[in-house]
Amino acid sequence: MAGPEPLIFEISGRGKSGVKLPEPDVPCQPLEELLPPDALRDELPLLPEVTEPEAVRHFVRLSALNYHVDKGLYPLGSCTMKYNPKVNEALARLPGFESLHPFQPERTVQGALQLMAELGAYLCEIAGLAGVSLQPAAGAHGELTGLMMIRAYHEHRGRPRKYVLVPDSAHGTNPASVTISGYEAVQVRSNEHGRVDLDDLRRKANEETAALMLTNPNTLGIFEVEVEEIRRILDSVGALFYMDGANLNALLGVVRPGDFGVDVLHFNLHKTFSTPHGGGGPGAGPVGVSERLVPFLPKPIVRKAEDGYHFDWHRPQSVGRVLAFWGHFLVMVRAYTYIRMLGPEGLRQVAETAVLNANYLLSRLRGSFDVPYSERPMHEFVLSGDRQKQKGVKTLDMAKRLLDLGFHAPTIYFPLIVHEALMVEPTETESKRTLDEFAEAMLQVAREAEEDPDRLRSAPQSTPVGRLDEARASRELNVRYEWGRAG
Amino acid sequence: MNVPDDLLYTEEHEWVRVEDSEAVVGITDYAQSELGDIVYVELPEVGARTKQMEPFGTVEAVKAVSDLYAPLSGKVIEVNEALADHPELVNKDPYGEGWMIRIEIENPAELGNLLDADGYRNLIGK
Repeated sequence: MAGPEPLIFEISGRGKSGVKLPEPDVPCQPLEELLPPDALRDELPLLPEVTEPEAVRHFVRLSALNYHVDKGLYPLGSCTMKYNPKVNEALARLPGFESLHPFQPERTVQGALQLMAELGAYLCEIAGLAGVSLQPAAGAHGELTGLMMIRAYHEHRGRPRKYVLVPDSAHGTNPASVTISGYEAVQVRSNEHGRVDLDDLRRKANEETAALMLTNPNTLGIFEVEVEEIRRILDSVGALFYMDGANLNALLGVVRPGDFGVDVLHFNLHKTFSTPHGGGGPGAGPVGVSERLVPFLPKPIVRKAEDGYHFDWHRPQSVGRVLAFWGHFLVMVRAYTYIRMLGPEGLRQVAETAVLNANYLLSRLRGSFDVPYSERPMHEFVLSGDRQKQKGVKTLDMAKRLLDLGFHAPTIYFPLIVHEALMVEPTETESKRTLDEFAEAMLQVAREAEEDPDRLRSAPQSTPVGRLDEARASRELNVRYEWGRAG
Repeated sequence: MNVPDDLLYTEEHEWVRVEDSEAVVGITDYAQSELGDIVYVELPEVGARTKQMEPFGTVEAVKAVSDLYAPLSGKVIEVNEALADHPELVNKDPYGEGWMIRIEIENPAELGNLLDADGYRNLIGK
């Protein structure tokens, strides 16, 4: 592979141009008459100057370097990088959706409001919950919104309480959301099966506990089977039950979190319901609640009345609005399309196939990597690179080598409770053929760790750049181009 | 893995060099190698108090953020200002230029709770 694609500034040449603008056919007014002096520059800005083919080829080459789910398997554990059906895009581009203005009167957007009301109802049905807000912009925003409702609930009953319990296998956003919402996170240990240690939970749950935030299946991909006992422990101290719905893909149509006592759950539409992510989204993190939290949902909520659909603003106990306008509406259109295309049977099949695919892949890899927990996982599983580390090969080296073999690497070094973790989530959209190709690549990496560790340590070789200076990249965020320095 | 014989260690991978009534603290070579590239080190102010085995700061690596645990109780009398701009010193020279804080030892008896080099080698299995 050739070196990195030059910056567009580096292919710039003085006076090159992609277009020839016609002479103006109206009289020109001097700029000084049009703009105040402080808005005028003394010098022209230094912009890159390129021809049209140079511009087109530059961006096409960059786009071809990109790795995305339309190009190949993207087994990033915990992220649910499933293929997004193109029908979602077709419907989101219908002019009646795409061209809406957020300030249009309600009576002119009845179809959009109906879609929001129905999507909300579907999400409630899928999760077994009583109400939902579609506003939150992404998963962590849904978490924060959920915690705001938990606070409002406890405040309404007297006092907000102090602590939120978070298992050590939780998503990293959970303790972060707890802190941002003004609660203090208290960590609960996992037991040797990779599940919440109930004794530790009993020790830490008390009258100051506002809630538990549980990811189920957890980040080890393991279902928390003792969830009813967890509910009883929380009930005994009057705490609420938050479930991080990031892994809902494993449960669709099979288990409803509301049925095992969950009070708050956020959905990641961009994970479970096949809307684009991985490139900045936008995502959507609707949050669903049990009956007792419905009064605290953000406002407005779309309601159906006799004369059509309306935004219901009359919600005196609401935590208020959590996003400008109405949420990421076109993301909702995609999720709605996905649900309608699959129907109840199809959604159940999504979960079943996601679990089957993960377990098939694990069965192929089990002999060549350490598997830290023996429990059968659901939609994703976690391997440890400990065995390879004995040979001087880190998980990072294996991840980089996978790039050479044509795959996006799995999530690495997460969850933190697994040493040298590799977290793999193939999702239901991959065929057996693709799963086998990925398994072969992983097995090759494991073989090379034994026989040719230098090859892994020097990977990747096939990408335009190799190992980047991640420390510098996260510290020196000034990415403005400096003319003259590099040409 | 470098585990100097003349230092004491915590089970959380900090090292201590006792210099009379003062102690210099950092994280071990093993710790920096496990953490990977360190991008930020958050240290206490001079004058802050430390308590044995309670967090005195955090270290942020590309992979994760971890707490730093005080090996001894005492008062912080100096912090390594260089780490603010050059956190990579912790990776490059964990026992030298990558030192973190110097504390005035409050209770020398606490030294008995720390590991010696052999004890630490055992802990990390090297």
